[in-house]
Amino acid sequence: MPVIIGIPRSLLFYKYYPLWKTFFEELGAEVTTSGHTTKAVLQEGLKLSVDEACLPVKVAFGHVQALRERVDYIFIPRLVSVSPREYICPKFLGFPDMVRQCVQGLPAIIDTSINMYRREGDMFRQFSEMGAHICKNPLKITAAYRKARSEMARFDSRVEAGMLPEEAFINREGIPGDGPDHRPTVAVVGHPYNIYDSFININLIKRLEESGINIVTADNVPERLVNSYAGTLNKKLFWTLGRRMVGAAYHFTDNPSIRGIIHVASFACGPDSMTGDMIERKVRRKGNLPFLNLILDEHTGEAGIVTRIEAFLDMVNMHGQASGI
Amino acid sequence: MKVTFPHMGNLWICLNAMLQYLGVETVVPPPSTKKTLSLGSKHSPEFSCMPFKLNLGNFMEASELGADTIIMAGGCGPCRFGYYAQVEHEILCDLGYNYKLVVLEPPEKHISQLLSRIKYITGNRSWFEVIRGIRFGFAKSRAVDDLEIMAMKLRPREKSPGHTDTALTEALKLIAETRRPEHLQESQNNSAEIMKSIPTESRQVLKVGLVGEIYTLLEPFANMDIERKLGRLGVEVDRSIYLSQWVNDHLFMGLVKGLRSSSLYQRCSAPYLRHFVGGHGQETLGGAVYYNNAGFDGVIQILPFTCMPEIVAQSVLPSFSQDTGMPVMTLIVDEQSGEAGLMTRLEAFVDLLAENRDRKKELA
Ligand code: SF4
Ligand code: SF4
Repeated sequence: MPVIIGIPRSLLFYKYYPLWKTFFEELGAEVTTSGHTTKAVLQEGLKLSVDEACLPVKVAFGHVQALRERVDYIFIPRLVSVSPREYICPKFLGFPDMVRQCVQGLPAIIDTSINMYRREGDMFRQFSEMGAHICKNPLKITAAYRKARSEMARFDSRVEAGMLPEEAFINREGIPGDGPDHRPTVAVVGHPYNIYDSFININLIKRLEESGINIVTADNVPERLVNSYAGTLNKKLFWTLGRRMVGAAYHFTDNPSIRGIIHVASFACGPDSMTGDMIERKVRRKGNLPFLNLILDEHTGEAGIVTRIEAFLDMVNMHGQASGI
Repeated sequence: MKVTFPHMGNLWICLNAMLQYLGVETVVPPPSTKKTLSLGSKHSPEFSCMPFKLNLGNFMEASELGADTIIMAGGCGPCRFGYYAQVEHEILCDLGYNYKLVVLEPPEKHISQLLSRIKYITGNRSWFEVIRGIRFGFAKSRAVDDLEIMAMKLRPREKSPGHTDTALTEALKLIAETRRPEHLQESQNNSAEIMKSIPTESRQVLKVGLVGEIYTLLEPFANMDIERKLGRLGVEVDRSIYLSQWVNDHLFMGLVKGLRSSSLYQRCSAPYLRHFVGGHGQETLGGAVYYNNAGFDGVIQILPFTCMPEIVAQSVLPSFSQDTGMPVMTLIVDEQSGEAGLMTRLEAFVDLLAENRDRKKELA
């Protein structure tokens, strides 16, 4: 019987799932994830977390709860830093502790710290530590890590080519070449767990697609471009996700094919309060690019979202006609 | 050049000492008030934390007094403080303020970055003088801490209510007005005398440890004067963080070792929080454990709404409280916080602590 490792479908799942999944599977484990976020998942999360936590963290608690009875291990790495001199968010630093203290009846937890703050290079050491929970053979771990890395690289290139993560998890063929896209393009900028979890954002992506919008997200922008725009800041942004959001958004404001920007933020999110202000300020200084700031929490109502998106899309269309695109 | 800086409790005493010693003209912003906060909030991102909003308000008010240069500390994350200065500056620019911003923080590339910023402020003073200036500021922060610690012990024991606070104001004034390092010792002696002359009586007091986010711990306006309120309710207070610690971390870049601080708390914070989480989240847990070991009666955590490190701490404090039986109260402040509500909560908390103590005595 292989050991079963559960990966919650929350937080940086949307960024690293292929890496984690391949690694553990190559070591002979069975990898399972929680289902998509639902009302029930959120309800569980609300019971386990403090009121002040942001929605993505509350939802993450719900996913841990959904997994805990059916797996041998829950995988919630402590994501301190995934890039030199950058962090994710204080809540990622403390998430494993929050889970341990607040969730009853947990199976074993793999909460290896990933900390690349002080060094360039790969994460082999941390993966060895993770792998050691289920496999004692260093050669096998090395091979699994290599395989996982190359899976991850392929996934990243599919995303850079314009796929959204959920699709890129499954579709391994790459983008079908369907010729130039004549739909108006709108950029969606936010943390991956906010823009790809359709429960959290009340189906934002689908709504836009159904309105005939072509969507690009901050994750579709190549790292090189993100960095060259983020590099124009007076001071290095020390949040990996925030740097990507700001760099990509600045790039979008310079890109004439982008007809509007939707910034998606969590209610009371710390990093978003800073980066969101920087992005909005940039857009406003640039002129009249349509901009929508969506703030999400568990009380966000569908009706409100729909109205605001409609108003935004009206602006996009008007603006497009006025500038003759 | 007229230099200003944000308020945080008595921090202005240290910064003013340091800058004036170096011959820099300063503008101390008017003390933070409701007006400062609403001014700052109006132009700040909705979910920025309260210190951010107050900083901005301070700068706007200081500008009216002629300030044209801001010095601020910075940092490199993960918490927001490290990006405060930059975002605040952008906001001030868009509002039409013409401030020059100088951020003193660990250099990104090379130490020369930091040194040239210091030189910008201090002009042609020698490095020797600059270091003396910083040490003067640090010495003042320790003097301030000593007085505040005395006040926290005296308040619950003073004979006539309010006496301690009048004395403390007077004593702090002596420290603030000392212009030369060589006179500081004498001022300290005199100010200690003032405190010692407060008539007290021996009473049984409850002991409460305050933990939480540094700004709200150090700034009475932000914490609605919680130390005084508790003192009046007959509670002796201690705090997990003191001003000298902040000055050491931000002006000395942590060079002074061996303050009662981070390392002790970090050790204490396991098993609840095994990793630093930015800000002083780990110290919050460590402080709570420390106060429990030291026989305190209760712990109060203070944080600004949306403060990330403290939300992590808040999430694990209930299991600390359950394991140890230590009562913990969490106080979240923002621009809507009301004094009346706080007083009721504090009274209820203190009653609970008194009951606990009586019960323990009966058992003993
Ligand atoms: S970055 Fe924002 S949304 Fe993400 S965990 Fe931190 S506070 Fe929550
Ligand atoms: S510690 Fe809290 S209040 Fe202070 S800057 Fe960080 S998030 Fe804001």
